[in-house]
Amino acid sequence: MDLLANLSLGFGIALSPYTLMLAVLGCFIGTIVGALPGLGPANGVAIMIPITFSLGLDAVAALVLLTSIYYGAMYGGRISSILLNIPGDEPAMMTCLDGHPMAKNGRPGDALVISGVASFVGAFLSTIGLMLLAPALSRIAYQFGPAEYFALYLLAFCTLGGIASNNQAKAAFASCLGIMIAMIGLDPNSGMARLTGGNLHLYDGIDFLVAIVGLFAVSEVFFFIEKHGKQGALNIKIDKVTVPWLEIWSTRWVMLRSSVLGFIAGVLPGAGASLGSFLTYVTEKSIAGEKGKFGTGVAKGIAAPEVGNNAAAGGALVPMLTLGVPGSGTTAVLLAVLVTLNITPGPTLFTDRPDVVWGLIASLLIANFVLLAMNVPMVKVFVKLLELPPAILMPGVTMVSFVGIYSLTGSYFDLLLVVLFGILGYVLRKLDIPTVPVILGILLGGKMEKQLRDAMVLSDGDWTYLLSSGISIGLFVAAFLGFIAPMFLRKFLKKPQLPTD
Amino acid sequence: MLASDRIFGALVVLGALGYVATAAQIPAPFFSDPLGTRAFPMIVGSCAALCGAMMVWRPDAEPEWPGLASLGALLVATIALVGYAYALKPMGFLLPTAVVSAILSYQIAPRVVPAILAGLGLSVGLFVLFRFVLGLSLFGFPRGWF
Repeated sequence: MDLLANLSLGFGIALSPYTLMLAVLGCFIGTIVGALPGLGPANGVAIMIPITFSLGLDAVAALVLLTSIYYGAMYGGRISSILLNIPGDEPAMMTCLDGHPMAKNGRPGDALVISGVASFVGAFLSTIGLMLLAPALSRIAYQFGPAEYFALYLLAFCTLGGIASNNQAKAAFASCLGIMIAMIGLDPNSGMARLTGGNLHLYDGIDFLVAIVGLFAVSEVFFFIEKHGKQGALNIKIDKVTVPWLEIWSTRWVMLRSSVLGFIAGVLPGAGASLGSFLTYVTEKSIAGEKGKFGTGVAKGIAAPEVGNNAAAGGALVPMLTLGVPGSGTTAVLLAVLVTLNITPGPTLFTDRPDVVWGLIASLLIANFVLLAMNVPMVKVFVKLLELPPAILMPGVTMVSFVGIYSLTGSYFDLLLVVLFGILGYVLRKLDIPTVPVILGILLGGKMEKQLRDAMVLSDGDWTYLLSSGISIGLFVAAFLGFIAPMFLRKFLKKPQLPTD
Repeated sequence: MLASDRIFGALVVLGALGYVATAAQIPAPFFSDPLGTRAFPMIVGSCAALCGAMMVWRPDAEPEWPGLASLGALLVATIALVGYAYALKPMGFLLPTAVVSAILSYQIAPRVVPAILAGLGLSVGLFVLFRFVLGLSLFGFPRGWF
């Protein structure tokens, strides 16, 4: 059995004390980041990246730490959703719908435990799915040439834009903006400077870490300043945390169905965890019907989206590792990590660096148990964090991200760019333009152009080459549908409003 | 009025056309591949211009822009952060961090004493964390002081 041999290799790495310590540390930091209102997995990981690099961790160690933070933030996101009705980020929003009503009905402890167990089920099953599906997909990926990769990148931009936003034009603009930024710097084919305006600082291009920290972390600070830190105070008291076994058992089928659905949503390139939690909630709501009382604080309504977003988190790692195309905003950030660590995701990753892939998978399996322990029996520790005033938290977050970037590049110019991207992120978010496609564009723009140019070199400038294989035609069609379909579906799939206090 | 999207869309169209024009001027290299250095940036720039035009044509509902006071606070925060970018190298970590985090803290919750305390606490706390726990090479003070 290949799988068993690979797994034992993975556990050999993951169970070494150092890696294990990093995984536990990552889970802890991740849960904190997720629990804090206004901070989600994407900006949590973004802030931690520069610091991880400055510490000089090797590839496996850095990846284990950051993916543990990623998983941890997915778990922790539910805490502020349930207790404060403030989702840390988009995927955690659906958990508010039933989680917050249940907490207000005097059962905050039960809501946290049910969602914690649901997170575990979703994340654990999807990690197993990742283990089974990723190697298979990586074998298919060997057949991908430049034309197929170009089509795949296009698909990622189209589905991400199509699903993440309420307005196709705005989502498409965000992708274009990212790609346009990616073009700045030296052209890899000819070695000539492009679009730098003669500024020497721009010859290296714009580092995506700078963009990520600016767009996610600094723009968040601006939002806090605008609101003057006015936000829901924690007025829900938690006395004793007990496990409502019967209620959890009653959601077993919901959890299984939602795991599968969430995982699939995660695997789709560009769609990600928001889609996972949204689809699972809407599906379970329609299965339960009127007498399911979704929206009033029922266990199934908490379990479904929480399983969904955690399953999608695992699923999103599949295209990221096998094809180098991230399945969500946070995996886009993780992809940036891989690229910076000089690891090329793709089919060859599984044969060249099995230690990275399987070490990561084994660490994630272990991390899930650690997270279950942190998020069910120890959940009160993290609830305490919600009392931290934003007037201390947000300046702290800013300083950590600035120092992270500074210690990585040592350049004041990059810090100026961070501020600039922070302003850009603030304006974009005000106008309801999604920022994740910008990141994806900066990350993939250069590769997308390279694949297109390689395809043109191979075909000597014949554009029909792009449609020469069944895989690429399928991907182009999927990209087109993924971009068009939400315009028509949006009428039927209205996003529910947050419950009002 | 739906003005925000229209104004932004118009800016996007102008910016994107400028981008395309700049990309069209990229000098051709000696050895060029069939697609060349200009085509892809020009295609993407045109797409962006199209999206901008769509925003002008069919704008969304108007977002809630902050009032003048909040705008002022945002401006102060931006200036502080830009200043921080320039000050970090020559001034060392401790002083700029204390000042800037105090300013940011004051902008979020306008109380003077807690803001100053937050600035001092964050500056010293983060310095200890970065320098001694994580082992990053940071200078606490302007070089030449000690």
